[in-house]
Amino acid sequence: MSQDKQITIVGALNAALADAMADDEKVLVIGEDVGDPEGGGVVGVSSGLSTRFGDHRCRSTPISEQAIMGAAIGASLIGFKVVAEIMLMNFTAVAMDMIVNHAAKLRYMSGGQTSVPIVIRCMTGAGLSTGGQHSDFVEAWFAHTAGMKVVAPSTTEDAYGLLRAAIDDPDPVLVIENTPNYSAKGPAPVAGHRVPIGKAAIRSEGSDVTIVAYSRTAIESIAALPTMAEAGISAEVIDLRSIQPWDEEAVLASVAKTGRCLVVHEAVTPFGPGAEIAAVVQERLFGKLKAPVMRFGAPFNAVPFSKVLEDMHIPKSARITERAIAMVKG
Amino acid sequence: MTNAYIPDGPTQLAIYSKMALLKINDEKTRRAISTGRIVMSFYSYRGQEVIPSALAVNLRDTDYLCTIYRGIHDMLAKGMPLKDLWAEVAGRMDGTCKGKGGPMHLTYPKKGIMVTTGVVGSSMPIANGLGWGAQLQGTDDVSIATFGDGAANIGAFHEALNLAAVWKLPVIFVCQNNRYSEHTAYKTVTPIERISDRAAAYGMPGIHVDGNDPIAMYAAAAEAVARARAGEGPTLIEAITFRFNGHVFGDPAGYIPKEELAAAVEADPVPRFRAKLIAEGLATEEQLAAIEADCDSQIEEAITFALNSPFPGLEELSSDVYGAAA
Repeated sequence: MSQDKQITIVGALNAALADAMADDEKVLVIGEDVGDPEGGGVVGVSSGLSTRFGDHRCRSTPISEQAIMGAAIGASLIGFKVVAEIMLMNFTAVAMDMIVNHAAKLRYMSGGQTSVPIVIRCMTGAGLSTGGQHSDFVEAWFAHTAGMKVVAPSTTEDAYGLLRAAIDDPDPVLVIENTPNYSAKGPAPVAGHRVPIGKAAIRSEGSDVTIVAYSRTAIESIAALPTMAEAGISAEVIDLRSIQPWDEEAVLASVAKTGRCLVVHEAVTPFGPGAEIAAVVQERLFGKLKAPVMRFGAPFNAVPFSKVLEDMHIPKSARITERAIAMVKG
Repeated sequence: MTNAYIPDGPTQLAIYSKMALLKINDEKTRRAISTGRIVMSFYSYRGQEVIPSALAVNLRDTDYLCTIYRGIHDMLAKGMPLKDLWAEVAGRMDGTCKGKGGPMHLTYPKKGIMVTTGVVGSSMPIANGLGWGAQLQGTDDVSIATFGDGAANIGAFHEALNLAAVWKLPVIFVCQNNRYSEHTAYKTVTPIERISDRAAAYGMPGIHVDGNDPIAMYAAAAEAVARARAGEGPTLIEAITFRFNGHVFGDPAGYIPKEELAAAVEADPVPRFRAKLIAEGLATEEQLAAIEADCDSQIEEAITFALNSPFPGLEELSSDVYGAAA
């Protein structure tokens, strides 16, 4: 595939599903509106799949999140690899019993006799004025659950590669897609590309501060680089890509070099993934830190509707720059 | 009911053999707990032996079962080996889940026992997935979800029945209506007489049956299994029964009126069916006594095996959380 070819995140995800279904007939896709008669998914991620592979392999469901997850779990227990779309991340709350009490735990509770190799795809993220129940980042719920894996791609290549890796994976993997980022374009991934779960990407090398981010905040952090450079700050941006497990090795190596760590995420700050990352960094690198490890997440409130408030809810690049300057220059 | 759904003599004896095993196992479990031999949470199924026994004689090892915390009777009837079962409830390494699941999460895929859940209602959505898998594989295996009357009031019941009906899944929803949701009487929380009436709302057949009558229960199960194997979709069976003990071992069940309990125990389906088999010449007293003695000794042997099995080592504490990546 030509490196020059550009596709959207939606296109990359669609290609990942199509390639996985072509490679393995055990791969199935279910969810609300995923079939072509229903539009191939509300943003088109599953477009063309039911036509190409049959509506028995890409099947629209009732609006029944528990039933969707139960169907995915049950079929996966006997060898199918089901990619279940829970349209919006907030709606995982409706299926939490199936995900947390069953998908995540059946392997352990059965002493390894059964396993649940499912993928749960969902979209989320503030920025489109969809308010408090359509745009939350609630990855901490899942990252806190033993048995679950959680990934959050921010580029076309990672969207393809992480979704393929998630489908290959022997355990339940939650794939978080960022709604405002769906139409962003990037290089078309090479067919069959995989991004290992648990491996971060260093987006820019720097010496003064390590910025750990993922999903939209990785993009915002990269966007902040020029203004940070103007202020004389050399930032190393790590796109975590996987939240559970997260790449401790890459983060610790970077912070050991820079001596400063700023964790940025769109989830609310208290008890968010940043708390875990900050704790591990200070446990391992206490004597090497030049400043306290800092977190920059969303404030502790629901996502607001009004554009002015919503803009302030998201950790955007200008404010990431401010935080980084404060950390480095004191 | 057609003649095809009347169990012949050997089948009736097979049903009784399972009922005897279940009854004796329940009694011995309660004794093992009260004498301190085993520490476990136990949800007695005594009084409900007919339902899984009459169902299981219609099933194969490759048919799937998703059951609940009050489900040891379902599993034993489906073929869970006694030694694996007892070692698991004793928390030992030879248990079917290496002691990591315990009585509420017993699993034994070799006999199709895929999921045991401790959450009311959660057997149903997963049973759908197993039935969907069988449908995709093109087998005529069926998937069973068992649950209690309380679970018919949780959202998962409605979501699962709707999906099973619209996808025409080979799933049989077996509601063991023992008249009490934990401590609460059926009528206090359910406004209709029959849970089976809810099947109509999902466009599937609903069968209301005396779950303490092995002949009727056999017929209901056989009809539903035949429908599922033929690709004609799911069935909701509501089997009326009664739980002789409290919700969980140690619960004195003061909320069950004494007369109601006494009447149920008086009508204990196990000795009743035993007497019927003898009266109809389908078995002799000696034959049944030998079956019961065999159950007794097999269970004793399993308990001894369990208590001599090692506890899991600490390496088991954090293994089986994730699988090895391919």
